[in-house]
Amino acid sequence: MSKTNTRLLLGAAILAVIFVLGVVMPLFAPEDPRIWNTQPRNLKPSVDHLLGTTNLGQDTFWLLAWSTRNSLIIGFLVAIAATVIGVLAGMTAGFVGGVVDRVLTLLMDVFIVVPSLPILILLASMLQGKASIYLISGILIIFNWPWPARQSRSMALSMREREFVNTAWFSGEQGWKIIIREIFPFITAWAFANLINTVLVAIGAESSLAVIGLSSLQESTLGTMIYWALQHQALLGRRWWWIGAPVVTIVVMFIGLFLFSTGLSERSAERRGR
Amino acid sequence: MRFAVFLLSRLLTYVIVVWIGMTAVFLVPRLMPTDPVSAMLGRVMSQGAFMEPAQVEAIRASLTASFGLEGTLWEQYLGFMRRVFITFDFGPSLAMFPTPVSQLIGRALPWSLGLLLASTLIAWVLGNTIGLLAGYHRLRAYSKFLEGFAVLVYPIPYYILALIMIILFGYVWGILPTNFSMSPMLKPWTLDYVWAAIYNSILPALSIVIVNFGWWFLSMKALSSTLAEEEYVDFAKLKGVGEGRIMSRYVAQNAILPQITMLALVLGGVFNGALITEILFSYPGVGSLIYSAVLQADYNLLMGTISLSILAVSTATFVVDLIYPFIDPRIRYR
Repeated sequence: MSKTNTRLLLGAAILAVIFVLGVVMPLFAPEDPRIWNTQPRNLKPSVDHLLGTTNLGQDTFWLLAWSTRNSLIIGFLVAIAATVIGVLAGMTAGFVGGVVDRVLTLLMDVFIVVPSLPILILLASMLQGKASIYLISGILIIFNWPWPARQSRSMALSMREREFVNTAWFSGEQGWKIIIREIFPFITAWAFANLINTVLVAIGAESSLAVIGLSSLQESTLGTMIYWALQHQALLGRRWWWIGAPVVTIVVMFIGLFLFSTGLSERSAERRGR
Repeated sequence: MRFAVFLLSRLLTYVIVVWIGMTAVFLVPRLMPTDPVSAMLGRVMSQGAFMEPAQVEAIRASLTASFGLEGTLWEQYLGFMRRVFITFDFGPSLAMFPTPVSQLIGRALPWSLGLLLASTLIAWVLGNTIGLLAGYHRLRAYSKFLEGFAVLVYPIPYYILALIMIILFGYVWGILPTNFSMSPMLKPWTLDYVWAAIYNSILPALSIVIVNFGWWFLSMKALSSTLAEEEYVDFAKLKGVGEGRIMSRYVAQNAILPQITMLALVLGGVFNGALITEILFSYPGVGSLIYSAVLQADYNLLMGTISLSILAVSTATFVVDLIYPFIDPRIRYR
């Protein structure tokens, strides 16, 4: 077994655990874990409360599951939309060329460089914690489509010159059919690896806003969980479970996503015969 | 001639980047459903003590000006752009009235620049040097161990690593300060002052260095290990060129170019991460200034710091982009 496959497998295994926590577990939550004072406060981990309870009277484990779910929703929403928009824009730029290419490339360059966090902070501070996770996802999409767009543009440029595309072209195949039948299989493998990487970026961006209390305060994400723990002096009170649970989950989730995404892109590179 | 074309195209991108960024800053407050002036004024009033009606009117006028709500939309836009690019005057800070915003920024900026430049440079040099060695010796045990380490730390966001460091160094072991605190009695640029500044900056800098190191190490190792398999490297070995010379003259020079391009691309991300790191450590830079502006509804300060951030990151990226062709003779002025 090659090194690539161990990366891929390890990443997949970690992600499977995260998915059980974030997708399956919230279905079994005994009550809405966001509500305060439903449990005794500041309990240590026990059989009843696997990760103890918070200073606000929430069960840490169920809250963690709920937060993981919301972080995953944001991550995948942004990643799917950004990848679809990016691949479409990049392919259009690469295949159409000319003025369309110039304009799209300029837009990509601009949105890669414009620092997103200051603009996000400005927006979030105007909304004062009332931004929904969907609004935040929408804004993150604006800042995340250029990366896949840039890559698929250069892929389209190199693909345009390949033999099999020319063959299809000269045998009278329609343009869009060429794109779907001949080009897409090449792009999908790469696009999937990029999608996983964008999940990581999006969750990271949302939590960076949330840690300083600028994301949605009604909802609970891994970042807002850290925010409330910091606000209620979980560090000074040495309540490691409360602050540690989301921190460890984010670290594990990010390592899993990273391993999975690099494993995927290396495998697709091997398949292309590099 | 080709240089002129190159410069012009980069300059155009730069101008458009800054223009789009500033237009976004201009538009965001006006797309909000509520009237920002009344909302902010309400928050200021509810926090502060009693204010004279004249003072309230002064603040209202200043707020209206900061939001650019005087005159027609076009006039407002021009006025905003004039303030950003020519005068850089965002009025007085509302929370620290009547200190001008530009003065507060001027005080915070050196701290941010120092932290960001030092930690980015250290990480870049360390990551590339060690990455080069590890890529060249890709089969040795230390190379594999370092790669494992880099893979584990690189995906962690700065602020999460910063939190972990605060927990470990500040609370569990208790050996380094978790909050930036320098005695105001210290005179600038005495030995004690410099020492205190460095001592207080170790943790925030370390959290940025470690994550960045992972990134530069991984990409440099990937680049140099493919280059080390090239035939010209084998030829140099057979010719009897020393290992150090092969690494520095044959491998490093070719591998360093993409690393410089990447530096231009990731600068914005590094800046984003540093903002949050500053806030977590209460480091006295622009990040903490933005945070206090948000908490205290100091709108003038918020507009000033946000505009400055966008301007600074775009300019830095532009400068790195311009340096590139001077290092790579193959793509000069394209």
